[in-house]
Amino acid sequence: MILLWYILIPAVAAPVAWLAGRRSPAAARWVAVAGTAAPLALVVAQWIAEAGTLAEAFTAKGPGASGLLAGSWIADLKAPWIESLGISFFVAADGLTLIMLLLTFALGLLAVLCSWRGIAERVGVFHLMVLWTVAGLAGVFLALDLFLFYFFFEMMLIPMYFLIAVWGHERRVYSAIKFFIFTQVSGLLMLVAIVALVFIHGRATGMYTFDFTQLLGTQMAAGTAFILMLGFFAAFAVKLPAWPLHTWLPDAHTDAPTAGSVLLAGVLIKIGAYGMLRFMVPLFPDAVADFRTWALVLGVIGIIYGAVLAYAQTDMKRLVAYTSVSHMGFVLIGVFAWNELALQGVILQLVCHALSTGALFIMVGGLQDRIHTRDMGKMGGLWQVAPRMGGTAMFFAMASLGLPGLGNFVAEFLILVGVWQVSKWAAVLGAVGLVFATVYALWMMQRAFQGEETHGLKFADLTRIEVGMFASMIAALVLLGFWPQPLITTARQTVTGLQQMTAQSSLAQPPATEAGGAAGGAGETAEAAGDGGAP
Amino acid sequence: MTAGDLLTISPLIALTLAAVVVMLAAAFRRSHALALGITLGGLAATFGTLFVAAGRTERDVTPLVSMDAYTLFFIGLLTAAAAVVALLSWGYLGRLRMRPEEYYVLLLTATLGGATLVASTHFASFFLGLEILSVSLYALIVYAAYREDAVEAAVKYLVLAGATSAFLIFGMALAYAQAGTMTAAGVAKLVAGLGSGDVVVTIGIVMLLVGVGFKLAVVPFHMWTPDVYEGAPAPVTAYIATVSKGAVFALLLRFMLPVSTDQGSTVFLALTAVAIASMVAGNLLALRQDNVKRILAYSSIAHLGYLLVAFLATGERAGVAVGFYLIAYFATTLVAFGVVGVLSTADRDADQLIDYRGLGARRPVLAAVFTVALLSLAGMPLTMGFIGKFVIVTAGTGAALWAMVIVLVVTSTIGLYYYTRLIVTMYVRRSEETVPAGAAPATRAAGTAGGMLAVSVLGALTVFLLLFGVYPQPLLRLVEHAVSVLPWP
Repeated sequence: MILLWYILIPAVAAPVAWLAGRRSPAAARWVAVAGTAAPLALVVAQWIAEAGTLAEAFTAKGPGASGLLAGSWIADLKAPWIESLGISFFVAADGLTLIMLLLTFALGLLAVLCSWRGIAERVGVFHLMVLWTVAGLAGVFLALDLFLFYFFFEMMLIPMYFLIAVWGHERRVYSAIKFFIFTQVSGLLMLVAIVALVFIHGRATGMYTFDFTQLLGTQMAAGTAFILMLGFFAAFAVKLPAWPLHTWLPDAHTDAPTAGSVLLAGVLIKIGAYGMLRFMVPLFPDAVADFRTWALVLGVIGIIYGAVLAYAQTDMKRLVAYTSVSHMGFVLIGVFAWNELALQGVILQLVCHALSTGALFIMVGGLQDRIHTRDMGKMGGLWQVAPRMGGTAMFFAMASLGLPGLGNFVAEFLILVGVWQVSKWAAVLGAVGLVFATVYALWMMQRAFQGEETHGLKFADLTRIEVGMFASMIAALVLLGFWPQPLITTARQTVTGLQQMTAQSSLAQPPATEAGGAAGGAGETAEAAGDGGAP
Repeated sequence: MTAGDLLTISPLIALTLAAVVVMLAAAFRRSHALALGITLGGLAATFGTLFVAAGRTERDVTPLVSMDAYTLFFIGLLTAAAAVVALLSWGYLGRLRMRPEEYYVLLLTATLGGATLVASTHFASFFLGLEILSVSLYALIVYAAYREDAVEAAVKYLVLAGATSAFLIFGMALAYAQAGTMTAAGVAKLVAGLGSGDVVVTIGIVMLLVGVGFKLAVVPFHMWTPDVYEGAPAPVTAYIATVSKGAVFALLLRFMLPVSTDQGSTVFLALTAVAIASMVAGNLLALRQDNVKRILAYSSIAHLGYLLVAFLATGERAGVAVGFYLIAYFATTLVAFGVVGVLSTADRDADQLIDYRGLGARRPVLAAVFTVALLSLAGMPLTMGFIGKFVIVTAGTGAALWAMVIVLVVTSTIGLYYYTRLIVTMYVRRSEETVPAGAAPATRAAGTAGGMLAVSVLGALTVFLLLFGVYPQPLLRLVEHAVSVLPWP
């Protein structure tokens, strides 16, 4: 039942915020705070309550100790919905779900807080849209019925579209429509793939259902599986975004209001990775194995291309947006490496990227509110004007480039180690991306914050709300950098379950040419993850 | 024919009586409210008699009509839509410089024509129903006769409907000449045997399909749609888009059901081409329009294309898709044109994009209602349009109509562009924005009783769209029951 609250609280708070906003803007803001903080507290409570179970799943070894199949959820809820089409309201949570929910509500709260001063127009409706997005995101991460998943997947596009189109910056309408259309086309391709899968399963078993756990292991021709897998891949690769489907992202992130950018970069694009982990690979493991090389190529191109383009930007927000393309390249190669190290790295990367990039977007948004430009050519020496801001920006730039001691380093390191076992080239080229990351992060700091202040800019340093937000994000990143164990423990149950699901497929077989190395690596896998990969 | 048969066809009788009573009442006492009241009463009575008819065991009355569950379902849908149109018309007609009573007579006779069409199992009742519908529509389209474009639209529709009738009659004659039958079952048999290569039969069936195609306004028979939609009064446009097309589609399904069984036949391929062309052309042509009614016209061409995909998918699942999509399309289209109607003045309909600029600030409720309708047309979740598109994709995928499903996916995304463009117009403030001069008088209708009534009807329809968009199960069951009586292969 608690799972339903995760969706209901923000969904109900949304119209309340709108009504409250008609009386006073402050009321709408507080309703929105409550609408995101309450489920956040619930997730934390559930996490603490389940910590024992999750840790047990972690220490237990051998088959059957943990798994994703029905019966091993922390909590689940299944109710009939549209019986005549075989659709049920099926939501469930495991470790990965908890992590994603934590992220959703935490960034939702941050999105509300960072709009405290920046949004002055139609405040009620704005918070309606933010809460609605959060509700949709919670639904996406909870849904296990494929129709329900698609339902939420599409549903949260609408409020996000409005957030960009109404409260956005210069080219807001163009960016909003581009975002909408990209996601919609790819989403519909996924829908066709889902429906086709349901029919294939239905013809074989006589049971037409959208229940993911039942559709697992559906037998079909390799060619069919490959095409259906591409349908899913299209949707998730656009969301992620993977090169060359990323072009909506710089526009949407740049023109979105700060809250929109935070939700987009922090949670929305994570759906791509989540969907691949949860649905695409378990449903079509063999097809994924066939596609692996291509995906690794796309991922590596994304890493390097994103980093190079980030370096070339003059608009600070666009720069941050392109870094997302680069970081999500790591996620893509990690998912397709599909060994425990890489998967743990991917999950960690999702969290750390959300925090570091979210913080950078809040930083740019704060700057824009103060000096009304994002053009780095008009900045310079800002550290002198606002030292607290400078220091904070430096921290998050370091996080973004993967400084050891911060969560992002652990995540990217785990991914690269995992990928190494599958493809040495991808790992090497991915590591090159880290060098580029250093260049763009330092370049951004250099142009905006270092040097002499020559433009006569004067503005207030970080406010108390901002200090609070940044401090909590810094603390989280440092904690994850030195002690990622809690997160790894939480995700362990899911990762093991995922690996079991695909154990019979060619995805689990080590590549022929590197059989020796990978077999050796498999033994180390559990151990290394157990050590948490802490530097 | 027995007394019991009269009970069975009581919905048709109730509609006829209602039309006569409104006409007589108008002769004795000119009162807009009275005419509307009797119309609504008559439609409610028709709806009530559906349950009487549903209780009868013998549903076939003469070879001409069959009042089976399928018919009753569609008559229910048509009467409900007609009632909504009547309610929306009240405020609109109040602003026109015309006497309003005859409008309701025509509305009722048109609905009678539609009801006859969906009940028809014979060429005679088919043709009769179609002519009753068309003739009523000529007069309805030109109701605001002092507007220039109304006359143009009515003449266009007249010419078109005449051509349609000619095609239909010739097609019927050929079918009869070859098979010696005029019943739906006989035609279905002819259609099923199309593969045998009888040229006369093929020509006959194709001519019938051309006639139906004109009425449905699918490509390449769509040319009249934008002009007629633009020229007709907004409530009448809503009526043409829903009742007229819906009734013809229901008839198409009854007469031509076996088309979908042979995916290799020429007729099937021709219909595939028509469906794809409608989806592509409808959505592409809508992109270039600045007139809201024309945008909705082209979008309706595309929606009929989507419906054809469902029609061409074999089996009961396809029938459910058609039925459900029609309900969703009816509700959505009524809301969309209802909004246009509420904003219109005596001299012109609110069909320019500029009329909608800043609507979100001026009329927040109306803007919200229009937004929901547009999102439903675009097939976004939480609305019935989403479930409708989903059942069509399901039906198409189930029948392995890959080309059509992919085209549907791609073109409906193109559709997003012009739907969101309208939404953006309503909500996004441009820097140079002031309330445009042309739009100012449109807001005046807000305070009137007719405006209030229309807005509350639109609000109720929006709730309907959202409610069954989230929980479509009851409607799906209803549609399943209705289409189960058709002779599925």
